[in-house]
Amino acid sequence: MSKSLVIKGGTIVNRDSHAVGDVKIENGRIVEIGKNLKGEMQLDASGCIVSSGFVDLHAHLREPGKEEAETIETGSRAGALGGYTALVAMPNTDPPQDSVAVIDFVREQGKRAGLVDVVPSGCITLGRQGESLAPMAELASAGVTLLTDDGNGVQDAALMRRALEYARGLGITLAQHCEVAELTKGAVMNECSCCTDLGLPGWPSIAEELMVFRDIELVRITGASMHFLHLSTERSVELVRAAKRDGLPITAEVTPHHLSLTQELLASYNPVYKVNPPLRSIADIQALKAGLRDGTIDAIATDHAPHPRRDKEMSLDMAPPGMLGLETALGVVLAEGACEIRDVVALMSWNPAKIARIDDEHGRDVVAGANANLCVFDPQLTWRVDPERLASKSINTPYIGRTLRGRVRHTIFKGTPTVIDGQAQR
Amino acid sequence: MKHLRSIDELGVDGLVDLLQLTDHMAEINQRPVPKVPALRGRTVASLFFEDSTRTRLSFETAAKRLSADTMTFNVSTSSVNKGESLRDTVATITDMGVDAFVVRHKSVGIPWQISQWTTASIINAGDGAHQHPTQALVDCYTIREATHVQNFAGMKIAIVGDIKHSRVARSNIQAFTLLGASVVLVAPPTLLPPDVSHWPVTVSHQLDDIIGGVDVLYMLRLQSERMAQGHVPTLREYSEQYGLTQKRVQALKSDAIVMHPGPMNRGVEMQIDPSDVKNSLIHRQVANGVSVRMAVLFKLLGSGSNLGGQA
Repeated sequence: MSKSLVIKGGTIVNRDSHAVGDVKIENGRIVEIGKNLKGEMQLDASGCIVSSGFVDLHAHLREPGKEEAETIETGSRAGALGGYTALVAMPNTDPPQDSVAVIDFVREQGKRAGLVDVVPSGCITLGRQGESLAPMAELASAGVTLLTDDGNGVQDAALMRRALEYARGLGITLAQHCEVAELTKGAVMNECSCCTDLGLPGWPSIAEELMVFRDIELVRITGASMHFLHLSTERSVELVRAAKRDGLPITAEVTPHHLSLTQELLASYNPVYKVNPPLRSIADIQALKAGLRDGTIDAIATDHAPHPRRDKEMSLDMAPPGMLGLETALGVVLAEGACEIRDVVALMSWNPAKIARIDDEHGRDVVAGANANLCVFDPQLTWRVDPERLASKSINTPYIGRTLRGRVRHTIFKGTPTVIDGQAQR
Repeated sequence: MKHLRSIDELGVDGLVDLLQLTDHMAEINQRPVPKVPALRGRTVASLFFEDSTRTRLSFETAAKRLSADTMTFNVSTSSVNKGESLRDTVATITDMGVDAFVVRHKSVGIPWQISQWTTASIINAGDGAHQHPTQALVDCYTIREATHVQNFAGMKIAIVGDIKHSRVARSNIQAFTLLGASVVLVAPPTLLPPDVSHWPVTVSHQLDDIIGGVDVLYMLRLQSERMAQGHVPTLREYSEQYGLTQKRVQALKSDAIVMHPGPMNRGVEMQIDPSDVKNSLIHRQVANGVSVRMAVLFKLLGSGSNLGGQA
């Protein structure tokens, strides 16, 4: 018997309710919701929201292959501090997650760290090369539910069609990084007036939208389910909205940085703002927020992409794209004020748990009998991002020195606190 | 003024100030011994990560005429090829005691990045397709010298060619318009940025439509790889539409000026010998390069207005 834990006096946010109460946890499960509950350990949650733990659909944990930037353990700790209890680990590792052996390794490293559920995604094609299919059935039988060549959109339409057909038979979801590569050669930032001034090759919106359109139509003829990673443009949101109206099995995510930062930041010449897809315009941000509010966008996902300092000290064209996200996601989303608290919980926990098909253990209502994967956050607390205090092994966050609103106070993973009062417990 | 990284950063006052200072430098360069002690004890390091003949030589000559010490960083033999990061390279050279870096790099923004890693002044000698401010200063000075006008108001300048990939164009558009000129960009749409509506310029796709009305015809170099990248179908087709031919020279106004930042692609954008053009300033552009760069170095590194006597 593990010690009983009571989370005291928070506002419990569930799908159909919203009330102040205590949550009692024993043996990894919620055993009681009520008032004046007692336990061997108590955590104060007054003024805080108590919700199911967050689920990130898009985390680059860099292990195996680039442990200099992040490991599964440091990424898991960053996730716990961000209120996450599950992270989908992106497959662009070295070796890539295109075999059961690598999938098992990632999952085992996740268990060893023991801070979140690390949910490995697999590759659609071997080596993410876009040439031949990865052993999708083997990956599925190893428990993989999401396949993606993230970072490399599958360029070959015929191959993507086959992948969707095959995936439908396996009951798994394909996730696409939408980028028509021919249109983004050498691209550094959004194609816009700022990019014209800087003389940089642009990454035009249409490079994303063409693939969104293509894949929507491929879903229409194959019936497979499809998830769009990090949508960044106004027209992409419109395309997905129309596809959902047609009842297609499509979901989509957006990142906190695409909701909060614009292309003009590249004029600082600081590669910390280089990301793929690139930061876009205010009009795009407004369209993405509208997509969050009307349900076109299902999830907020971080695209947490750690890079060592020396890589981000290269020139804009040479530096790798990507920025940290796990520890700042909630604070960015609440500071942007794009949606209500309940919507934030839906976008960061309930919906992504369903998309990753881990909704038996994550993203459940906070009720007696449910797994105790919980996030307790103060939605009003403002704080400044201090790179020295990040748990991630890298510091490439664009939010250094910025004031965010909303901070995770406690995170409970399988009944055990991984974060108490903003401090990682391990 | 600590750095010279873009014309924008310089502003119209800084631009005019440097052009006036260049007059003094040009006078020094006329002397039998063209050398003054103004920057004695100062060290200027050239950091050229991209090939350059005239710009590098012109900076080094300028530094020497002001009695500065010079240091040349040769990329092919440097630690950069041993994997040293640019930041470490800059820090190392800074530690040796350098007052200014003259930087050329194929990547946009490098001069700004470097200026965060050193206390020395940074002079941008070309960053990617972004800026080449001393070339723009040279061109403005050369136009002033030839026309004897200080203000370019009413002047019509055509910049012809690969605007999209040209740092010379970006700096010159800023400089020419700051001085009051109206600028027309002449190129096929594939050699223009996708949208220049926010630039204070007009655009034409037909050189023959505008050639008779311009005061300055500024020809840009077309690199042959643009053909492989599909920006133009063939060089022949490009040179027929946008190259300077004898026929086009005759269409120019009698006092119109022809310029080119070099190096020229003879047979592509220049179908004739520049010496066949009555008002070609191409040689003056090179000659003025040293005076302009002396002015820039003196402005950034000199102490006060005293240029000093003869060295």
